Formats: sequence, C-alpha cells, structure tokens
Amino acid sequence: MTYIAKPKISHPKIARNKLGLTARDYEGALSTLCAGCGHDSVTAALIQAIFELDIEPHMLAKMSGIGCSSKTPAYFVNGAHGFNSVHGRMPSVTTGANAARSDLTYVGVSGDGDSLSIGMGQFAHVIRRNLNMCYIIENNGVYGLTKGQYSASADVGTVAKKGPANKQMPIDPVSTAIGLGATYIARSFSGDKQQLVPLIKGALTHKGFALLDVISPCVTFNDHVGSTKSYAYTRENYHHVIDADFVPPLDEIKAEYDAGSAMPVELHDGSKIVFRKVDNDYDPTSRAAAFSYLRNSVNAGEIITGLLYIDEETGDMHDLSGSVKQPLAKVPYEDLVPGKEKLSRVMDRYR
Amino acid sequence: MSQVNDVVVKIATVNGTGSASANGLFMKAIFRMGVPVVGKNYFPSNIQGLPTWYEVRVTGDGYQSRADHVDLMVAMNAQTYAQDLAEVAPGGWLLYDSTWPRSTLLNRDDITVIGIPFSRLCNEKFDGVRARILMKNIAYVGALAALLDMDLDVISQLLEDTFASKKKLIESNKEAIRLGYDYAKENFVCPLPVSVAPLDKTKDHIVIDGNTAAGLGCVYAGATVGAWYPITPSTSVMDSYKSFAKQFLLDPETGGKKFCIIQAEDELSAIGMVLGATWNGARAFTPTSGPGISLMSEFIGYAYYAELPAVIIDVQRTGPSTGMPTRTQQCDILTCAYASHGDTKHVLLFPANPEECFYMAVAAFDLADRLQTPVFMLSDLDIGMNDWMCPDLNWDDAYKPDRGKMVTAEDLESMERFYRYLDVDGDGITYRTVPGEHPKGAYFTRGSGHTKHGAYTENSEAYQEVVDRLLVKFDTARTLVPEPEIEYSKFNNTAIVTVGSCDGAVKEAMDHLKEKSIGVNYCRIKGFPFSDAVREFLDKHEQVYVVEQNRDAQLRSLLILDLEINPARLVPVLHYNGMPIHARFVTESIVAEMAKGQAA
Repeated sequence: MTYIAKPKISHPKIARNKLGLTARDYEGALSTLCAGCGHDSVTAALIQAIFELDIEPHMLAKMSGIGCSSKTPAYFVNGAHGFNSVHGRMPSVTTGANAARSDLTYVGVSGDGDSLSIGMGQFAHVIRRNLNMCYIIENNGVYGLTKGQYSASADVGTVAKKGPANKQMPIDPVSTAIGLGATYIARSFSGDKQQLVPLIKGALTHKGFALLDVISPCVTFNDHVGSTKSYAYTRENYHHVIDADFVPPLDEIKAEYDAGSAMPVELHDGSKIVFRKVDNDYDPTSRAAAFSYLRNSVNAGEIITGLLYIDEETGDMHDLSGSVKQPLAKVPYEDLVPGKEKLSRVMDRYR
Repeated sequence: MSQVNDVVVKIATVNGTGSASANGLFMKAIFRMGVPVVGKNYFPSNIQGLPTWYEVRVTGDGYQSRADHVDLMVAMNAQTYAQDLAEVAPGGWLLYDSTWPRSTLLNRDDITVIGIPFSRLCNEKFDGVRARILMKNIAYVGALAALLDMDLDVISQLLEDTFASKKKLIESNKEAIRLGYDYAKENFVCPLPVSVAPLDKTKDHIVIDGNTAAGLGCVYAGATVGAWYPITPSTSVMDSYKSFAKQFLLDPETGGKKFCIIQAEDELSAIGMVLGATWNGARAFTPTSGPGISLMSEFIGYAYYAELPAVIIDVQRTGPSTGMPTRTQQCDILTCAYASHGDTKHVLLFPANPEECFYMAVAAFDLADRLQTPVFMLSDLDIGMNDWMCPDLNWDDAYKPDRGKMVTAEDLESMERFYRYLDVDGDGITYRTVPGEHPKGAYFTRGSGHTKHGAYTENSEAYQEVVDRLLVKFDTARTLVPEPEIEYSKFNNTAIVTVGSCDGAVKEAMDHLKEKSIGVNYCRIKGFPFSDAVREFLDKHEQVYVVEQNRDAQLRSLLILDLEINPARLVPVLHYNGMPIHARFVTESIVAEMAKGQAA
C-alpha cells in the first residue's frame, strides 16, 4: 500500500548529509513484504548508503522487474523516479534510461527468479555492456509471490517446504558475472548491514556494472531446516573473504590496516575502496583467480562474501559508444536537427 | 510497332555476384534520362548462391506499382533459365549469356532470343575472377543501353558520380559498358521496338528506399536513442539512421556522438531500451519486423498502460512465423493494433512510399510524445527495401517537436503536489514528468494496477477510472492521426479503401477501370484509430472494396471493429503471395466481384 505515508519525525540533532537532508528524506512507502523479510534489510541498507553518499533524490533512478524484490524500490527514496518494469527486463529499461540520461545514478533491484531465470539473457547482456549501474539481486532461492517454487539459484540438495530436494545445479550470479566481464562484483547477506552498506556505496559509485548478490532469506517459504538460503544456514556458512571499506572523495583513509592485507582502489569520482583481505589466498584483481576460487566455493557449499572483483579501467556503455558528455535527453533539439539546407544536399545523393 | 518509355526489363542473376550495383546503375540511368521508373528487387533469404531478380519498369506515365509482365528478360542465371524464359510475354525478348550453349529444348517461337557472350567478352578483357564476374553484370547494362537506345553519356556520368573516389573503377566499368554496348550494336538491330527516350518527368525527384527515408526521418525528428535487433527487412532503417547520425550528430569539437545506438540481444530488450530512454525524456525508436513485434508485445502493453512514448517502425514481411523474410506483405496490421495481453490498442501510421516514411517518422515521434503511448509506423518490405521515385524530401526549419504535456522543474516548484495520471484537460492525456528534474515530480512508473494519482491499486473503481480514461485518449488520437487521402466524386458508385504500398497499384487500376467506364472513389487510410473522415467516406458508399496485402483481410477487420461497419458492406480484395500487388490484379478482382454482384 504505497499510499500509506510514514509519519515524519523530526529531531533537531538528527544527522544530516551534505545536502542538509536526513535519512528520513531517503525513505519510501511502508513495505508490504512479510515481516522479517531479508529484502527490507537490504532496503534499509540502501537508504543509509544513498543518504551517506549525498545523492540528490531526484538524481537517483530506481529500476526493477517483477517479484518481491522488485517491489522494494517503492520502499526507498520517495523523491526518486521508479520504474517497475516487466518480469526479467529491468536491465534493458535501465540500459535505455542510461543511454538517455548518463548523469543519473541507477539502482536496479532484482531477484533470483527475475535475473537468473526469466531475465538471464538481459542480465548477461547488461553485464557485457558494462552499463553504469548498481544491480542488486535479492537472492532467496525461491519464488515467493507464486508460493514457494525453487528458483534457478536453489542449491543442489536444498529442500523446499513441500516436495523433494532440488537436484539441478544452481546458477551462481557472482561467478556468472565474473565470467561475463562485470567490473564490480560483490556478495553479501541481508543480515550483515555492516558489510552491506559500504558494498552498496562502492557499487553506486563504481563507473560501470556493479553486481551485488545479496543472500536475502524468504521467511515464509525458505527459512526452514533443510533450506540452504535460510537465516540460520547462511549465518553458519558464509565467509568474509575480503572486506571493503568505502572512503568518500577528499576524505583521508583513517582506519589502520595490517601491512600487506589492505589495498586501496580509487574510483572514478575520487572516492576509494579499501580492500581488507580475510583469506590471504584470495586475489580480487585477477578475474581468473577469483573465478576459480568462487567455483570451488560453490562446489564446497560455502557462501563467499565481500567485494570479490573490481576493475576500474574498463569504460562503461557511453565510453564504448563514444557519446558526448552531455546527457542525450538534455541536448536541445536545435543541436540535433540538420535543417533544410543539409536535407537538400542529401537529396542530391539520390538522383 | 514501337513502344517508347513503356517497357519492363527483368534481370535474373545469382545472389552475391554483385549484380545489385549493375541493376541500380541501369535503373538510375533511366531516371536520369528524365523517365519515371520503378525498381523491384526479388531476392532470396540467402547470402550467396540462390537466384535473385531485379525488375525495372519504365513508365512514362509515372505509375508507382510493379509491372504484371516482362518484356525483356536478362537471363544470367542458368539455374532459373527455364523459368525465366517462360515468364517473357509473347512478342518479348530474352537476352542471355551465349558463352555456353543453351539446351535446344529451351526455345520459344513467340519471343526473340538475343545471345551475347558476356562471360567470354569479360574473360578476354579483365583479369581476376571477381572482376570478371562483376564486369559481366556491368556488360549486360551496356547491352541493355544499346537495345533500349539509352544515353551512354548519362551512364558514364553516373559511373563517375558513383566511383568518384575510386578512379580506377570508373574506367573498367566504362569498358565493360562498352563491351556489351558495342557487341549488341554490331550483332543486332538496335534499338528494339521497345525503347527509352528522354523525358522531363524526374526533375525535383529522387530515387530512394523507404528504410533510408525512415532512418533520415528519425534523425530529423531529433531521436537520440535507437535500440534494435537485426531483422530483415528492417535492418537498413538502423543502417540509415547510423549513417546520417554519423554525418549530422557528431559534436564538432569533441567528435562525441549526440546519439546512442544499441544493438540489443533480442527484440524484448530493444523495446525495453526504447521505453527506458523515453521515460527519461529522450526520443527513441526501434525498427523491427513481424517476429520482433511478437517478442515486444509484453512491453508494448506496459507502455500503453504506464503511458510511455515509443516509436516502433515495423517493416512488414511475409508471415506467419518466419514466413518468407524477403517477401512483402501487410500482415501485422491487427497484431500491431492490439499488441499485448489485456485491453490494449495502439496508434498506427501507414506510409505508402519512401516519401511518407520520412514525414511519418517525424509525425510518429510527435504523436508518441503527444499521446504518451507507442506509435507504430507500418511500412513493408516493398516500401522499405525497394527503390522508389518520389518528390524531393523537404524540411521546414520552423518545425518544433511536439513534446506533449511535460511538467518542468519550474512548474513543479510552484505546485503543491504532482500526480501522474490526472486528466486535467479532459482529452484523456495527462501530464508527465521526467527523472532528473525535481523531487516533486517523482512517481513510480508501473504496469500494475494504478490510480489516477499513480499509486498501486487493486480497487475496482480506481482501476477502471484509469482504463476508461485511456479510451478518451484513444478518441483524441483519432483526431491527431494523419487524415486519409480521398478522391471522391458523387457520380461514382464504386469505392476502394486501401492502405500503404497498395496505393500505386490501386491508382493505376482506377485508370484501367475508368477505361471500362467504371468510376471509382478512393480512400487510402494513413492512420489508426480511424478518423471521422474515414467513417464519412464509408458512410457515403453502400459497398466498398478493401484492397490489402494479407490473407485475412486485416484492414477490413479493423474497420469493422473500430467503426462497427456492417461486414457485408466491405468486400475484401486480397493479395498475399509475397510479391508486391500490381494493378491488373486489382482491376480483375474488382471486375470479377462486380460480375458476381450482378449475377446474384
């Protein structure tokens, strides 16, 4: 019920960002998801990240497809336009939107069904284009709105509430994205806000395609014993292999890091991501090594989290296409129309 | 008997041998002699090896449609020789490559066969396999020039214009022309009783295909985003847009592109990209054909309901399914009119020739923005891929794009609140905002049930209020689409309603019918929903022949559905074998239908 307004509570000491806005200004309508849904935690992390990045609400575009996850753009940043598109097609809409307005920040929220089944083709191709967007998969291994069917990310051996265990291999969005050439790839857990918020900030700031695969348990259909996407199972089996701190532009790196384990990477706007290795075997700058590490972890049933790969060098869709800097939708018509004189010269070619 | 400027030449070759440029040269030379000409390319869905034909109709009277017979066949393809021989009209001619012997079984007493050893001549003159094959094509143009009494200077000038940057090619092409020309002059009586003589009927005209004109129209309309998936016969729309955009839409200082062309992974994605771009305020389009429309349907319904502009250029080809991708039809009329599940209907534009492809492309963007809905321009393979003679395209520098009811940031600043789907003006068209302007303009664009305020709803009345308002908008569209072309006289009892590329064949048929003392009124529909002028025309006639190029009488069905016409009043005249319709078909069908009526 997106028309139910949340009461605005104002407190003189409430934190404000550089635009003078409070976190409340980045909220949306009341969620209509089930109580305890992992997706609501992701929404909360998004609100915090966008607030802390000082993004003007109307310069954010919220994109989604169909499913529980795709409803969530209604639940954050009321002052931003949202596009709740058709099932599995958010990537194409976002591609067109970005083609027209390269100056907006795009956050796409999708689910495992929306991205890995009906939308697998678009998911793959938006990665190939290195579209400048933050793409979040709220991954729960199950179709919620149609009441509990396995999705393509369901692990082998996981058990639904009813029926036999899943026997088909899951599609792992993270190793898929590494293989397809994504330039910012992270995985996290809806129950780990401390890890999630900096990863979202990095994803929103990264110029290019940023994938965030967030394990986000479905409390109604996939949170029981035997499920590999439950809160309990995830907490038990997930590992931080590499953590990332987000440092805004102009800010100094203040935290102290152990020598050899920290690695700062500068993003295009001057902000920095500082990697902190938890597992020394992991190398987030080698696509090949990351891919093999991740495939092994899928086979071992481990949930590897953190900022798993980053490449700040590859250009985004507009760089590859050679677009002008001005957003195309803002180019005045007078600067586009060739006019009468030029048309008459074109005509001479056809005689 | 001698027949001047009324001759049909058909050239049979093998696909992929470079005959297209020779055929284009032949047609263009006639055009430059001031003689109206029609060129039709009948090509296979193939890259190399299958038979292909090019038909040139020289028509001093300036008719637009294809011919219904062949006077002179240039049979350069052994594989189709028997078929090509059979197609020549009695009294006609057949020109073939006499380097190799023909089977004596392949003869006809009622035509004249002209053998010229093109291969031998070219093998002696040119080096290299590719050059010999290419020049053989040019040589038959030379022979045709002699046989039809064409102006060699015109051909030379054309070669110089065409190969301005490749001087070497000009000379070899001229030599090849000479080879064919001289051989014909020395060995046969030239010209034939059919010939081409200079006229002054092509001044201020061009020869252009509809896809090129449509792509040019998109540039002039100010489109900056084009998304597409390659599909015959629409591919050259994007090729055209790309080439004109590269010419006109580069930033003079940085060389940056003021446009973005995205080759999508499929048509589902292509239309999604268009909607993303228009939602953000750009003008965007996608060219496609029937199979692409099928794939786009879900998003088309979304755009209808969420009210997003989109321009879809459907260059129709023969269906159903894959059908015959290189043959023409008008078979997507119904599927476009009602594309997508649920109650949906869409605005259609029907160009009849390349000239209208240009102007209607611009009109499509204006209508899409004005009505905030998808607008289809339904061209077809015949218009899109064949070369048509048409008047010069013109541009009015005073033109300003109609971006429709847009609320600006300044407007929003002074507004209490903005609601997306309020019918403030009573015309069913509501006010829209685009992202990136002002937080007060934000709303949630959705394909799910929504209220007039833009909020999600499952409330029956709130839902119905919005879909009823969309009907009001559709009636507004009725007043905005282009008016039909009507020729009316109260003395005529017979009337034809037709659409798109049938135009030339029907108008020529009307001349034939007049010779039989059958006066015909004419209405060519240019837009859907049908305007009052269409209804009024139909109301004036007891019975109307509906001429179209599909099996199921789709235009007729649409007239019945949209205007609630009594079906008995609309007599279908249907041409759907994949070839463009011709005048004789129309004349004969109508005469036969009339005879049926009288017998009953």
